[in-house]
Amino acid sequence: MAGHTTEDRDHITGTATTGHEWDGIKELNTPLPRWWVNIFYATILWSFGYWVVYPSWPLVSSHLTGVIAYSSRAEVAVELDALKAKRAAQAADLGKVELAAIKSDPKLLSLAMAQGKAAFGDNCAPCHGLGGAGSKGYPNLNDDDWLWGGSLGEIHTTLQNGIRSSNDDKTRISAMPAFGRDGILKKDEVRTVANFVRALSGQPVEAGYNAAAGAKLFADNCAACHGDKGLGNKELGSPNLADAITLYGSGIEDIVETVTNARAGVMPAWNARLDAVTIKSLAVYVHSLGGGK
Amino acid sequence: MSLWNKHAIFEKNSIILIIGIIVMISIGGLVEIAPLFYLRSTIEQVKGVRPYTPLELAGRHIYVREGCYNCHSQMVRPLRDEVERYGHYSLAAESMFDKPFQWGSKRTGPDLARVGGKYSDEWQLQHLVNPRTLVPQSIMPGYPFLSKNELDTADIVNHLKANRIGAVPYTDEMIANAAKDLKAQVNPEPGRGRPREALRQGAGPRFRRQPAEDLGSGCADRLSPGSGHDGRFQGLRRQSQLPLRRGAMTETYALLAGIAQQFGVVFFMAIFLGVVAYAIWPKNREKFNSAAEIPLKED
Repeated sequence: MAGHTTEDRDHITGTATTGHEWDGIKELNTPLPRWWVNIFYATILWSFGYWVVYPSWPLVSSHLTGVIAYSSRAEVAVELDALKAKRAAQAADLGKVELAAIKSDPKLLSLAMAQGKAAFGDNCAPCHGLGGAGSKGYPNLNDDDWLWGGSLGEIHTTLQNGIRSSNDDKTRISAMPAFGRDGILKKDEVRTVANFVRALSGQPVEAGYNAAAGAKLFADNCAACHGDKGLGNKELGSPNLADAITLYGSGIEDIVETVTNARAGVMPAWNARLDAVTIKSLAVYVHSLGGGK
Repeated sequence: MSLWNKHAIFEKNSIILIIGIIVMISIGGLVEIAPLFYLRSTIEQVKGVRPYTPLELAGRHIYVREGCYNCHSQMVRPLRDEVERYGHYSLAAESMFDKPFQWGSKRTGPDLARVGGKYSDEWQLQHLVNPRTLVPQSIMPGYPFLSKNELDTADIVNHLKANRIGAVPYTDEMIANAAKDLKAQVNPEPGRGRPREALRQGAGPRFRRQPAEDLGSGCADRLSPGSGHDGRFQGLRRQSQLPLRRGAMTETYALLAGIAQQFGVVFFMAIFLGVVAYAIWPKNREKFNSAAEIPLKED
């Protein structure tokens, strides 16, 4: 290696040079600041302590776990256990008590409402809206018009098993035939029966509508599920057609579309995703929104 | 003479410096990267993870193309609040067939790793077209053009092949039937039923035969209920204690990965040795010396 001379000092700064010189310019060999070097050594020392305390070196089939055996998974498990323990007493109360009895215990009720509200915001609001007002295709939970029943128990069942949910054997199922698409009714028949449905809820009908034909079509095709008077059937989830509340719109074109292609809204089953106490709380919360029966 | 002066030998000899760098990087790589391929805790397997069906793969490509990952991560971190909100934290093995994975840490929108099954398919469809019809306060852009664009299914075979090169265990049969399976998943019986209903019925038989016996477990299609997915508080410990499954698929993967890794090492070593030999070849000395003198030359 090239000769290294420490004798050659720059006479202005008094610092040693590296011995290199270009056109009379010499390169100073300024030493690293002492404090910086000390910190550098300190970090090396620190790492030894770190190896001992925290997981560090890989071994043949595992790794050094360190004295405290830290792992983020173990940590989150501990945190979740702590959370569970913290809620255990309350959750146990809620879990034990009958659904209908929650209302009569103010403490349990406020607990269920608080938990229900939180769970609603996370899981239900995307479809039913933050306030439960719903939108086209997603039922309003504030009114007293229910497809599958608005009692505490019925709401609880719907929450547990969902509606037409693909991953629950006990899900609520019903299928309206696609009268137009599958050729059960002709286009003009669809329109006629749509007008009849409009008339059921007191809405104006189109000119040239044959009321007798509409009534016959309805009796032959729709009454089995929706009832003779179109009042619906909560066993089948068939909506009441005689009130002013519609899920997919009450305009003539909306109803024609419904009769032609049918509707089959889906609600996920929640018992796979939420625990029993949360679902119970949700039932109480939804029941309290305004339409509970 | 302090220790620092010993460093001069590296600074004044490029070959020694290069060798020093290689040695340091090799140590770092050996210690930090190599163990990831054999440590049990880093190569855990999860039941129910299967390769994407062709239709899912096509959807994944759209997801990547539209930059969904810019706002949505696909990784639930092992933190209490995240597990509370999204479900079980993500496991690396769940992304083993994701090329590339979509983990990320940028969350303008929620994490999507466990969103499968949380909302109805109709909801997802409508939400993609115009999120604000469902969630008024949403800031997610709508993607209405996706419902008009026709999916190009001609190249799906190549996508499966490319994934197989990346050690995704697609069989020859799967690859040969990729386009057919893709269409079958959209609509199993042509002319009957609505596509959306068909979608829910899952992939074709070729993919059902994959180790996906726990599919359709509800939430988190890619984790079995046995892995502790039974609610908001899941049995977290069971997950990491799952015995390592070494099925035929894993062996194929291990074999392919082993070959790839060994080939890579040999390849880069050969290149490295070639460069070193070229650099210290006596015949080249003159050339390098004159190159080194370039800065010192008078104009």
